[in-house]
Amino acid sequence: MTSTAGVAPLAETDVTQPSAPDDVPPPSGRKRGRIGYLLLLPGLAWLAVFFVVPFYSLLATSLFDPSGSDTRGYDMTYHVANYWNVLQDYWQPLLRSLWYGALATAFCLVLGYVLAYAIAFKAGRWKNLMLVLVIAPFFTSFLVRTLSWKLILADDGFVVNTLQFLHVLGDDGRLLATPVAVVAGLTYNFLPFMVLPLFASLDKIDGRLIEAASDLYANPVVGFFKVTWPLSLPGVVSGTLLTFIPSVGDYINAQLLGSPNQRMVGSVIQSLFTDANDYPAAGALSVILMAIIVAMVLVYVRRAGTEELL
Amino acid sequence: MAWLRRNLVLILGIAVLVYTFVPIFVVVLMSFNDPASRLIYSFDGFTLHNWLNLCEDPSMCSALGRSVQIGLLSTVVSTILGTMAAFALVRHDFRGRSATNLLIFLPMAAPEIVLGSSLLALFVGAGFAGQLGFWTILIAHIMFCLSFVVVTVRARLAGLDDTLEQAAMDLYATPQQTFWRVTFPLVFPGILGAALLSFSLSFDDFIVTNLNAGQTTTFPMYVWGVAQRGVPMQVNVVGTIMFLISVVIVVGGEVVSRRRSRALA
Repeated sequence: MTSTAGVAPLAETDVTQPSAPDDVPPPSGRKRGRIGYLLLLPGLAWLAVFFVVPFYSLLATSLFDPSGSDTRGYDMTYHVANYWNVLQDYWQPLLRSLWYGALATAFCLVLGYVLAYAIAFKAGRWKNLMLVLVIAPFFTSFLVRTLSWKLILADDGFVVNTLQFLHVLGDDGRLLATPVAVVAGLTYNFLPFMVLPLFASLDKIDGRLIEAASDLYANPVVGFFKVTWPLSLPGVVSGTLLTFIPSVGDYINAQLLGSPNQRMVGSVIQSLFTDANDYPAAGALSVILMAIIVAMVLVYVRRAGTEELL
Repeated sequence: MAWLRRNLVLILGIAVLVYTFVPIFVVVLMSFNDPASRLIYSFDGFTLHNWLNLCEDPSMCSALGRSVQIGLLSTVVSTILGTMAAFALVRHDFRGRSATNLLIFLPMAAPEIVLGSSLLALFVGAGFAGQLGFWTILIAHIMFCLSFVVVTVRARLAGLDDTLEQAAMDLYATPQQTFWRVTFPLVFPGILGAALLSFSLSFDDFIVTNLNAGQTTTFPMYVWGVAQRGVPMQVNVVGTIMFLISVVIVVGGEVVSRRRSRALA
C-alpha cells in the first residue's frame, strides 16, 4: 500500500519524487529493532486518540436517543431511526453537495490539466517558477480569497456587467447567490489540489514515448489520448479525489457566494451541532456523508484501475 | 499561426495561472481602499489608513494573534512527531506497515467536516463540552497537520541517495555524527517545507476549528463572523501580508536551492 502517490506535498516544489513502494521487501538499510517503533509511537498515538477514537464517538453519537441534549446527556438506545430521519430531512443538501463537488472536480480537471501540462512540457526553465506561482495565491487565507470572489462576482461588478452586455445574463441576472458562483468558488479554491498531483504524474512521463507516438504517425490528438492521458491516470485519480472530497464537505463557498438555496451538507452538519444542538442527527449525517464518500472512492479507484493509490 | 499552435497550451496554462491571481489582485487593491460605507464594498479611494491602523478593530488583532499562536504551536508539535514517524517509515523495519500507512493517509482523505464533527463528538462525550477552546483547537490542528508532515518528509527522505551517508560512515563518523552532519541537513528542506505547510494549514483552517472552538475566535472565524455584516478593509491587509510572506519564503527557498545545486554541480 503506497499512500504518498495521491498527496503531493503542497509546500514542496519537487513533487516529482516517486513514492517508495512500501510492500516490497524492505530495501537494504532498513533497520530492525525497537527504535522504529519508538519513533512511530507518539505520532501514531496522536492519530489513534484524536482521529480513530473520535470516529467511534461519532458513530456512537449518531445512535444516541434523540430525546437527550448536550447538557443533560444522551442515552444510548441504538436509535437507527436517526439515519432515516436525517436522510428524509436533508437529502437535498446531501445530493446537492455531491453534485456541486462533482462539477467543481470536472472543471478543476480541465483547468488543472492544461496548467499542469503546460508546466510539465512547455515551461522549460520556468518550470519551478510556475509551480511556485501555482501554490502562492493559496497561502492567502481561504476565507479572504472567497470574499474576494464575492466582490468580483458582485451584482454591479465588472463580470456581471460584461455578461449582461453580452446577453449571457439577463438585465437583472446575477451570479452571486446562484449555483454558478458556488461551483466557481469551489473550482477556484481546490484547483492546486488538482494541479500538483497531475503535474507529478505528467512530469514523470518519458518524453520519448510521446515522440515515438508521433514518429509512428499518430497525430497530436491521438498521441495524447493513447500515450499521455493513460500515463497520467494516477495523477488524474489522485487529483480528482483530492478535489472532490474537500469540495463536497466544504460549506464556506456555498455560504459566502450562494444563498440558502445552495446550502451544502457541511453547513447542515455544522448548524445541527452548534445551533440546534441536535448531536445525534448531526452525527448520523456526518457518518452518512463519510460512508457515501468512501463508497464512491472505492468504486472509482477500482474502475480506474489504480488501486495501488490507496 | 504556427507559433500560436505551438504555444497554445503554454498560453492557456498561463491564462489559468493569471486566473488564480485575480482574487489576490483584488485583495491587494482593497487593502488600500477607502470605502464609502462598510456594507457597499467597492473601490472608492486610495488610502494607507488600513495599513497604518491594522488593529482598528481590536478583536481582529486578538483573533489574528491567537491564530499565529495556534499555528506556531501546532507546527512545532506536528513537525517533530511527523518527522520522527517519517524516519521510522523510510529507515526502519516494523510490523503493521500497511495499517500505519492507512492511518496516516486517512486524515488527509476525510472531509474536514467529518474530522471536525468526530472530534467534537469525542470532546463532548468525554465531558469537555465546556472546555472547548484554545487547547481543543490545538489538538485538532496537530492531528490534521501530522499526516501532511509525514508525507512531505517521507518524500524527501525516500528520494535521498544514501551514498553520502555511507561515505561518512566509511570515514569513521559515528552514527550520531552521520545523522546530524549528513542526514539531517539533507532532509532539512523537506522538514522546513512540512513546517510551512503545517503552519498554513493550521492558520487557514475554518471548518474543523469552528466546530471545536467553543467561544474562542481565530482569524478565519473572525472573517466568517464579519462577512455577514461588512468586512473591515484591514482583513485585506492581513491577506496581502500573508501573500507577501509566503511569496518571499517560497521564492527565497527556490533561490537558495538553486544556488546550492549550482554549487554542487
